[in-house]
Amino acid sequence: MNPLLGSLPMRKTLLGVLAAAALLILPFVAALGGQAWVRIVDFAILYVFLALGLNIVVGFAGLLDLGYIAFYAVGAYLWALLASPHFGIHLPFWVILPLGAIVACFFGVILGAPTLKLRGDYLAIVTLGFGEIVRIFMNNLNAPINITNGPQGINMIDPVAIGGFKFSAPSTIFGITFSGPQKYYYLLLLLVLAVILVNYRLQHSRIGRAWQAIREDEIAAKAIGINTRNMKLLAFAMGASFGGIAGGIFAAMQGFVSPESFSLIESVMILAMVVLGGMGHIPGVILGAVLLTILPELLRYAVVPVQKALFGEVLADPESLRMLIFGLALVLVMRFKPAGLWPSPDRRRELAEKAR
Amino acid sequence: MDIFLQQIINGLVQGSIYAMVALGYTMVYGIMGLINFAHGEVVMIGTLVAITVVTFLLKLGLPVWLAGGLGIVAATAACMLLGWSLERVAYRPLRNAPRLTPLITAIGMSIVLQNLAMMIWGRNYMTFPPLVEKTQFEVGGAAFTSVQIMIVLVSAISMGGLLFLVYRTKLGMAMRATAQNPSVAGLMGVNANRVISSAFVIGSALGAVAGVMVGTYYEIAHYQMGFMLGLKAFTAAVLGGIGNLAGAMAGGVLLGLIEALGAGYIGDLTGGFLGSHYQDIFAFVVLIFVLMFRPSGLFGEKTGDRA
Repeated sequence: MNPLLGSLPMRKTLLGVLAAAALLILPFVAALGGQAWVRIVDFAILYVFLALGLNIVVGFAGLLDLGYIAFYAVGAYLWALLASPHFGIHLPFWVILPLGAIVACFFGVILGAPTLKLRGDYLAIVTLGFGEIVRIFMNNLNAPINITNGPQGINMIDPVAIGGFKFSAPSTIFGITFSGPQKYYYLLLLLVLAVILVNYRLQHSRIGRAWQAIREDEIAAKAIGINTRNMKLLAFAMGASFGGIAGGIFAAMQGFVSPESFSLIESVMILAMVVLGGMGHIPGVILGAVLLTILPELLRYAVVPVQKALFGEVLADPESLRMLIFGLALVLVMRFKPAGLWPSPDRRRELAEKAR
Repeated sequence: MDIFLQQIINGLVQGSIYAMVALGYTMVYGIMGLINFAHGEVVMIGTLVAITVVTFLLKLGLPVWLAGGLGIVAATAACMLLGWSLERVAYRPLRNAPRLTPLITAIGMSIVLQNLAMMIWGRNYMTFPPLVEKTQFEVGGAAFTSVQIMIVLVSAISMGGLLFLVYRTKLGMAMRATAQNPSVAGLMGVNANRVISSAFVIGSALGAVAGVMVGTYYEIAHYQMGFMLGLKAFTAAVLGGIGNLAGAMAGGVLLGLIEALGAGYIGDLTGGFLGSHYQDIFAFVVLIFVLMFRPSGLFGEKTGDRA
């Protein structure tokens, strides 16, 4: 141990303080690269939120869900409908967010109930189909009664506001000017910390251990008296509620929603975050979500200059090149780190035993 | 009545295409339990290779039948090579990895192939040169074309060939043995690597043929066409019971029929409330209902729970 850094608990406290400080000044560091980067950081946190929600379903309970984005979509559209000029309703956020969680939770149960008997890959395709059904309805529910405004989506959605304090416009507090995205950053940080706390408390609770038992062996779990039906429904419902809340914040942050944001590839990306980071391991999932949000953005800025430096001209279409590299990165990480970048210690041990 | 017959014909044609693609999914799944999400992209690449080759040969002044034939051969060869290398490079190192790892690899490969295709062929729609002279027939008020007959015929022949291969040859026996129990098959002298490779290669070849059929049918192709097609075909495979060859064929045809009939009648059934643009949800709604009552698909065997 390095004597300079003191004993282990001291070091842990020190690290915690440093991390907290870093998180607090992060939006101002990101702002050095322009407000666009603050927004990217915001989205990274939003995806951490989503990935942790999906981690409850996939990582804890072991239920492969490829339609998770549907709950995000439900939350986003609920906010859009209840706080925009589309219907002329403008409810405050403390009404919509809980409502979003409840409605998404209800959708989670609707999805969960018919799929209780299904296993593994059959479950995957049904959840995938469910996600597509939700998206297709959002795309087409503009006739005969215009509910979702179809492919054009809904715009001019109200931002999160507490009294007269709006999160969309810049404001000055204690002499420091906070931009809209920076204010959303602190809001998201607060929310995501709450989700992380919930995740940790869940993991080692009675419920969390029941999920783990189901994940490892459903029949054995049933045999020792776990109500697998309720536990699986609970996993779907909890994951869905988190998705619903994240969706609401997304709608408020963007000011605009359209079915395009909720395509299958988004579900797949969130699943990739969970698996790539280290399924079921909370720090791993956070890492996966942050990496997979930031990497494509970094590539967006890098592909053109790098090509110019190497070949003197832009040879390949930057947009497809960046996605190509992104896809390759997924393949390579899985090739060399099959359990994810940061798997839980238990899981690493299991894999090592299996390999032997 | 004529709408009914018309939709049955359209559904059969679309269903044969689904069935051909579904076979690629189901063969790989049956043998190694992997959802090869990149299979739709393999089909797409088959179509685009065929377009390039056929257009080039037609420009050289070759007759249509020869250019078309060579185009199909080239597409099949390209897809077989692609399927083989996919397995070799991406999936083989992950044989003993956790269950979801190869799934993410497959998704990654799918992204890679799609963007590679976009770099090579561009992001615009491409027209597929006509391979079969289009003549229209009419029976009982329903119209169908020579292209549609060709599609149904070619798929029937290909599927017959596949059944022969799987149930009457040594390689087929090795495949069935590996699907049942890989380690015991290994003890009997079956080379598992070769069997798995051949499943990928054969599935990709069927996919290439399906790709050419899609191209001739819709006369148009695009680098993103593989995605929805793959998704539907996978749905068809699950509907029939994934891992089961006959199930994939039946599931494909059934899915085609359901979609066609659904799109034809949904307006009347719901009093005009829902239109034919809801076509895509039929596949999934039917799938969910079937799986509620038969959790392993229509023809899937009930697998015992193994610890």
